[in-house]
Amino acid sequence: MKLLSRTAVNTVVGISVLYTLLPVLWLVLAAAKNGDALFGSDLLSWNGFSPLDNLHDLFAMDKGIYGRWYANSLFYAVVGGAISSLISIACGYAFDKYRFRHKEKLFGLVLAAVMVPQTVLALPLYLMASGTGLVDTPWAVFVPVLFNPFGVYLGRVFSQGYVPDEVLEAARIDGAGELATYFRVALRMLGPGVVTVFLFQLTAIWNNFFLPMVMLSDQKLYPVSLGLYTWNSSATVSPEYYPVVIMGSLLAVLPLLLAFVLLQRFWRSGLTAGAVK
Amino acid sequence: MTATLTRPANPPAKTVTPRRREHSAAAVLMAPFFVLLIAVFLVPVGTAVWLSFFGADEPGLGFGPEHTVFVGLRSYLAVLTDPTFLSGLGVIALYCLIYLPLLVVASLGLALLLDSAAARLKSVARLGLFLPHAVPGIIAAIIWLYLYTPGLSPVVELLGKAGLTVDFLGFHAVLPAIVNIALWSNLGYNVVIFYAALQAVPREVLEAAVVDGAGPVRIALRIKTPLIRSSVVMVVLFTLIWSLQLFTEPMLLSQSTPVITARFSPSMYIYDAAFTRNNYGLAAAASVILLACTIALSYGVTRWTNRTREVNR
Repeated sequence: MKLLSRTAVNTVVGISVLYTLLPVLWLVLAAAKNGDALFGSDLLSWNGFSPLDNLHDLFAMDKGIYGRWYANSLFYAVVGGAISSLISIACGYAFDKYRFRHKEKLFGLVLAAVMVPQTVLALPLYLMASGTGLVDTPWAVFVPVLFNPFGVYLGRVFSQGYVPDEVLEAARIDGAGELATYFRVALRMLGPGVVTVFLFQLTAIWNNFFLPMVMLSDQKLYPVSLGLYTWNSSATVSPEYYPVVIMGSLLAVLPLLLAFVLLQRFWRSGLTAGAVK
Repeated sequence: MTATLTRPANPPAKTVTPRRREHSAAAVLMAPFFVLLIAVFLVPVGTAVWLSFFGADEPGLGFGPEHTVFVGLRSYLAVLTDPTFLSGLGVIALYCLIYLPLLVVASLGLALLLDSAAARLKSVARLGLFLPHAVPGIIAAIIWLYLYTPGLSPVVELLGKAGLTVDFLGFHAVLPAIVNIALWSNLGYNVVIFYAALQAVPREVLEAAVVDGAGPVRIALRIKTPLIRSSVVMVVLFTLIWSLQLFTEPMLLSQSTPVITARFSPSMYIYDAAFTRNNYGLAAAASVILLACTIALSYGVTRWTNRTREVNR
């Protein structure tokens, strides 16, 4: 009986893992195949095995615009994620450590902002950007994603957990200025929090699709997500796009995968802090 | 919170400078965020509400320049009587009804199994389940679209060899097909959240239950699950908010199947109204309605959980 239930448990877990892994494995195998083999659907044979040709085609397609998209996405996500994370953490820290009027009301506003759907904000943001001449510039997609209210919430939780009030008292007695204390002492203690919020925002910006779609018409400014979307619509007419979309998708997964693996010891704590509280 | 309230007030003579210094430091640290809050949140929300009450005036015979005039609730009336918008709301309701229970039950179940003594290779399993979270939404949609496409897909081919023909992009299968993409993307992420919450359950409680003679299934359902209810509520809330915005997956699938129209979901309706039909009043009214639905549902979930919590006590 016990052996049976143990087998049952491991079978269910095993099938679930196969469910999550096999589509990614398909992507890897399919990315190594040329167009004919892709539609011949014998993925496991060596026929039409041409990963390097696919890679070359990907970066040659439409005058090498994929490289441009990739660089754009990296810029939007890495630079945007870093700035956004620092802004949110600073604000969360101030919410935790300082007393001022209407504090909890302001914090309630921050929490309310978490719930508002992106699609609701898109049209007004577009009209504002077009009013200021920012439509179809990188700023139109870069600035709105700096706003991360959930990061402020996490920043407050992290500040409570990682920065003891005694440390601030000690710094004050030593005569250090408030801002100097934040940047020299507290920010260092908040390091794991900064990384966690950065990862959240990196993922969100790398995934961002609606906003670029609304704001950008110049293909050279596209992030990878929007670029692959347009290529996929071309593929329905001209199938030579299929292998490059697949190879392009595989490469677009790598940065997040790398970030999660490299930074995993930081985000674990953040994930639970956000969920348990 | 209580600590800040009960902290004794400083002697009056010295208070002004340090308190003022603290206030100015708080202002400096919070300013960048609040500038963003105003610029990319408050003003846009206000603009959406404002726009929803205005529309292009149609001059009697279609001559003359268009004027933007106050139209009151006309845009709301137009949206709420538009069968395509209502069917979009229906699609979202059905989507949530299938997706939400499936996601919560599956991820909670897997987390409980991984937390039980019987599971092996736990960290490998968690890593494998989490992997799709690193796959961007549009790429998850591309992968599954190709796995649904006959000719490209080994799945369709295998089913075909077994004598089954399933049209994943057909009328009846397309919504479950979208649910599957979302489930695949988010299952592991939620398993990790639930698993982490389960790790925080006090071991003494579980040992006491074992001593009392409770079996593993009973412990999982009657003791562990109630103890991590706040995580469950959090997941339900975020999944709900996220589901109401459904856009990326149907937008991509619409390139390959006529079943998904340009106004399939409310978000697609907003996009279509604003950027295809250039009817800003209509798009804004639909946005405000979507926002109202989100707020109402979030409020409902929090109210409902607070009430059941009191009943449990």
